[in-house]
Amino acid sequence: MSIDWINFTPWSSLCGGALIGLAVSLFVLANGRIAGISGLLGGVLQFGSEGWSEKALFLFGLVISPLLWGAFTVLPEIEIDTEWPALILAGLLVGVGTRYGSGCTSGHGVCGISRRSPRSLLATACFMTSGFATVYVTRHILGA
Amino acid sequence: MLKLTAFIAGLMFGLGLLLAGMANPGKVLAFLDVSKAWDPSLALVMLGAISVAAIPLNWARRHSRSLLNARMQLPVKSSLDVRLMGGSLVFGVGWGIAGICPGPAVALLLTWHWQVLIFFLAVVAGMYAFSFLESRHASRSEG
Repeated sequence: MSIDWINFTPWSSLCGGALIGLAVSLFVLANGRIAGISGLLGGVLQFGSEGWSEKALFLFGLVISPLLWGAFTVLPEIEIDTEWPALILAGLLVGVGTRYGSGCTSGHGVCGISRRSPRSLLATACFMTSGFATVYVTRHILGA
Repeated sequence: MLKLTAFIAGLMFGLGLLLAGMANPGKVLAFLDVSKAWDPSLALVMLGAISVAAIPLNWARRHSRSLLNARMQLPVKSSLDVRLMGGSLVFGVGWGIAGICPGPAVALLLTWHWQVLIFFLAVVAGMYAFSFLESRHASRSEG
């Protein structure tokens, strides 16, 4: 294994991460809620559930963020090489898995680890492990 | 006021994803693929986010009301169970197939990539499938 120094973006990723951290902090300090996107989306899909409008407005801000970004500068490149059957399978697994596992990269990976939750540490270890393993299998064994 | 802060937090979250390069599934997969030249950027995104969020979230643990006097709603479960592990493992497989997790799936909706739309609809379908299975399970165990 070697580092891909050409594509590695330490500073913008660190700053972008810090901005995500600020967003998470604002949401918990002001609204008292965890900014886990799968949890918010799951809540918004149950119309009229507790805190529906706050969750929907967070997601609305997330949805329009590329428009605000695009008003000032060009959007970063978006590369998606996955074929549509694989995208459907991936989406279903992400939808079911994040609900059973009570969180995703943001809820467990960022918020959970930040508050030192043992459940989130374990969840993050699990999805990182299966994520690395899946990429290895699809790219290097199946050759997709 | 809570609506405004929710909206601003979502907006900041999305701008953070874009700045971090994490709205690009190709870059996420470059992190998850350690067999060739490895792009560790995602680890720095998490480091940056956790460094900033750690103090506010630990403040939140010790308070029952937010600064705007909203009820503090942190997860209360503490069991390290099969659901948590199984669900997270399944999520990781889906994440590894496409390089898209729920945050970027929502953030990329209005960039009009058909792949994102398909993926997002499948996530929604998966979440509804979960709710359906859960309600069936609940009614069975009651009856």
